[in-house]
Amino acid sequence: MNIIVCVKQVPAKDAPLSIAGNWIRESDIGFEMNEPDSYALEEALRLKEKHGGEVIALSLGPERVKQTIKEALAKGADRGIHIADGNFAELDPLGAAKVLAAAIGKEKCDMVLTGLQSDDHGFGQTGVLLAALLNLPHATIIMQIEVQDGKMKLKRELEAGWFQFVECPLPAVLSIQSGINRVRYATLKGIMAAKKKEIATMTRESLGVSIEPTQKIEKIYVPQKTKKTEFLTGTPKEVAAKLVEKLKFEARVI
Amino acid sequence: MKILVVTERRQGKWNNTSFETLVAAQQVAGAKGGTVSAVLLGNGVNALADELATKNVAEVLLVQHGLLESYTPDGYCVALKQVIENAKPDLVLFPHTYQVRDFAPKLAAMLGKGMIGDCVGFRDEGGKLVFVRQMFQGKTAADVTFAGAGPWFASFQSGAFRADLLAAHPGGKAPVNAINVQLNANDIRTTPLELFKEAKSSVDLTQAPLIVAIGRGIKAPENIAQAESLAKAIGAEIAASRPICDEGWLPMERQIGSSGQTVAPKLYLALGISGAIQHVVGMKGARTIVAVNKDQNAPIFEIADYGVVGDIFEIMPALTEELQKGK
Repeated sequence: MNIIVCVKQVPAKDAPLSIAGNWIRESDIGFEMNEPDSYALEEALRLKEKHGGEVIALSLGPERVKQTIKEALAKGADRGIHIADGNFAELDPLGAAKVLAAAIGKEKCDMVLTGLQSDDHGFGQTGVLLAALLNLPHATIIMQIEVQDGKMKLKRELEAGWFQFVECPLPAVLSIQSGINRVRYATLKGIMAAKKKEIATMTRESLGVSIEPTQKIEKIYVPQKTKKTEFLTGTPKEVAAKLVEKLKFEARVI
Repeated sequence: MKILVVTERRQGKWNNTSFETLVAAQQVAGAKGGTVSAVLLGNGVNALADELATKNVAEVLLVQHGLLESYTPDGYCVALKQVIENAKPDLVLFPHTYQVRDFAPKLAAMLGKGMIGDCVGFRDEGGKLVFVRQMFQGKTAADVTFAGAGPWFASFQSGAFRADLLAAHPGGKAPVNAINVQLNANDIRTTPLELFKEAKSSVDLTQAPLIVAIGRGIKAPENIAQAESLAKAIGAEIAASRPICDEGWLPMERQIGSSGQTVAPKLYLALGISGAIQHVVGMKGARTIVAVNKDQNAPIFEIADYGVVGDIFEIMPALTEELQKGK
């Protein structure tokens, strides 16, 4: 079972974001593996442990995303592919998927896994678009994968507490739902082993992908408040007293 | 501008976000001029088509086929591609549901087009249609425009428009036009099997008048007891955002948000919850929202009635004590 996992690097969860045009100022913040993608990586590693094969971590972005590829290698991925692109933030979902699909097309794989969405752009389209571009079947919001006789039985999460089993042939593209598994930490041994693992570097140009944008982010801004929030200040004790007062006599909900 | 709205139903019933998207489409048509048509896919869904025709739409495009009885991404894409090539709309709108996420980007890509997903609104800016969506987990908004020729594809987030604003058809009923599509069994590569719910929940959060909810700010499972004491002091149920349940710190049945429960209690006290879209859609209907978060820019404060910028580990015990005082 050869599996390619698409991992994106995104700003760290508590990073203070400062807006710069249609992206953010990258210089003063930390980055980390997109959390939904870490579940996809974990699922790939578990499938490999069960069925054998190879896990390839694929990431698109500037030089910094190599750190995320290295993290995947330290957790157990066998090799990495870095599509170096300093202008990745300008790519629309279809453009990014075309670049990723070109790199995936060079490999022989049984499964392509992605997280459900990224915590930065949040387009949530990459997996489905890869399936379209690679002409593979797909399923999204996956909570369980069982591989048997060259096909899969998948548990898909629907809305409002519903689930559905779906049968899907291989090869295929799956978007993994967060919470499908418990994500492992890299071990010291894994981190050492990762140093010897290969990371291939490609570019949009070397892959021969030309992109016609379908949409453009004009600007990013702090959203306008839709509700007037009354902020309560003081010591914790004072705040607690004020809040209880408000809830009892103003909102009258307790 | 010719607008198509792809409607959605769940097990024979309308998904209400379909009507919200029709309202969005009518507002776009109002701003830009044009017509709104509604598309319904399925098999044996004439009654639903007739119901849809009573709404203020130019026409209902009814696409029926045995292979559209159950939803599959392949079946929907192959069928809708033909509908779009035939109807030649300028704009195709969807409710941003799990089902739409599963097929709409592929449908757009099959036509060589892009999709702006999960929009919360739109503006007509000097003739240019600008779509507004959230980025960075709701910390920022983004204005997005389409580049190139249509058809353009966009989806609207649940709750972004009010379904009750959907007008009735002025003439009583719009025409229902059946559209034939070519669909073969081997177009469809996945096989949908049974639908099910997990073991019955022991708690029904939708009925709870008071909810104390925790997010990532709780940091560790051993800290949950503090939130539980607070919940007990006002007789509230405890709930959480998705990451807490993903970690297994609270059972999934206590999860609020798009993949969990949707609640509208009298009081929703959000502790250390940043307010990502996926959570907010599950609780924004609460009558009174209180948010406690150390980050004053957390998006949860956008919808909070009362806000406290501070450390939940200081506020929780103080609040518990204050509430117990009154008893």
